[in-house]
Amino acid sequence: MAQPRADAPSKIILAGSDLSRVVDRIAHQILEKTSGATGTVLLGIPTRGVPLAHRLAARIHAFEGVEVPVGSLDITLYRDDLRLQATRALGKTELPAGGIEGLRVILVDDVLFSGRSVRAALDALKDLGRPSSVQLAVLVDRGHRQLPIRADYVGKNIPTAHSESVKVALTEVDGADEVRLIGGLQ
Amino acid sequence: MIKHLRSAADLDAATATLILDTAAEMAALSGREVKKLPALRGRTVVNLFYEDSTRTRISFEAAAKRLSADVINFSAKGSSVSKGESLKDTALTLQAMGADAVVIRHSASGAPHRLANWVEGSVVNAGDGTHEHPTQALLDAYTMRSRLGRLDGLKVAIVGDVLHSRVARSNVLLLTTLGAQVTVVGPPTLIPLEVGAALSDKTQVSYDLDAVLPESDVVMMLRVQTERMQDSYFPSAREYSRRYGLDVPRLKRLPEHAIVMHPGPMNRGMEIAPEVADSPRSTIVEQVANGVSVRMAVLYLLLGGK
Repeated sequence: MAQPRADAPSKIILAGSDLSRVVDRIAHQILEKTSGATGTVLLGIPTRGVPLAHRLAARIHAFEGVEVPVGSLDITLYRDDLRLQATRALGKTELPAGGIEGLRVILVDDVLFSGRSVRAALDALKDLGRPSSVQLAVLVDRGHRQLPIRADYVGKNIPTAHSESVKVALTEVDGADEVRLIGGLQ
Repeated sequence: MIKHLRSAADLDAATATLILDTAAEMAALSGREVKKLPALRGRTVVNLFYEDSTRTRISFEAAAKRLSADVINFSAKGSSVSKGESLKDTALTLQAMGADAVVIRHSASGAPHRLANWVEGSVVNAGDGTHEHPTQALLDAYTMRSRLGRLDGLKVAIVGDVLHSRVARSNVLLLTTLGAQVTVVGPPTLIPLEVGAALSDKTQVSYDLDAVLPESDVVMMLRVQTERMQDSYFPSAREYSRRYGLDVPRLKRLPEHAIVMHPGPMNRGMEIAPEVADSPRSTIVEQVANGVSVRMAVLYLLLGGK
């Protein structure tokens, strides 16, 4: 995938307060669609899916007082492009104490694009146990799917061109909250 | 990332730390129901062992299999080597079979370096003569870091047959790269002056084990390699054991937190007393388990990418 140059023009799609409203909405939708988020586990995909999963759990707790276990699921070793790139460092895989067996797992990621990360996550999940069902929550869906995958919870749909890229920044990782569309604008 | 792991000197501090961090993630796998990762599917790893080995060969085999690589085990006994085939011809055969990595143990120091010129795949040194054994050093460093939380500034004593020990050589190189202070301890016959000088300018040499113990965070006992000793380096096994063996009174001289390591196989009662080997401060069994994680990390980082 061609990346836009570092000095390419960019524009902010979501600023700090918009982003937290979007997270609030996804948390409400999860509560609604899962009838109160019982028997549910949130698994973030590193890097930025993990702080997002923690934020969702915190919002769900604030709204309904339900404690949703949070974990992380590294997909590096399951990627289908492992061999096409230089070796990558591994992220953390940490399951909550109760595991995932027989529970509803909601995968959390920042951007949904080709769908290949989600496929890798499904493969990784299969080696860890057998959840009763798997759902997907993403902050941004930018389209251009290459696999038959769709998200159950979408923060924001952003129509993009192939030449553009979407950059999500989160306070926990990048020091500030922001979603930015880079390149493609003339 | 580097292509081969022939020597602990191939690793700079950043690469070595990446291997240890990756190994920590790999270690989580042993607690899972499915102990398998797809990272090296379709890749072939050849274990080329010209010298006897139990734990290293099995450890590499387990590591490769857990990463889904195909493993071919080759031992010199019962192969064409006993008919006189040279290392080069064997290497070219492996090359023709499409080996992506060759893990080699050889009695000749430098064999992995020669092999790396003849095969296209990665070469991993699993012990060559009295030269090096880099994955052992990595698993030792990993064990120290997981037990004591750090490597930088750690005081490590490596005790025994330093002259013949590839484990000692690789450990000195790797541990000094990672900031530890190494002291090699043994009888002067087993640490000749030129060896002490050649090891590293950051490495100290001592002939008095009892003086070093109270200062050490880690004591690594080396095996007395009787099979490599054509000359007599010490008067008797009993005298060696009394001066340089780690027994219970010596264990008590160590600081509270200090750990005892041994690369195995042990000569119980010679360099290490059975009570010490089986004490909770000994990491000997842990080292074996960590060996698989560290070798998985090495194989993944050498073979996983482009």
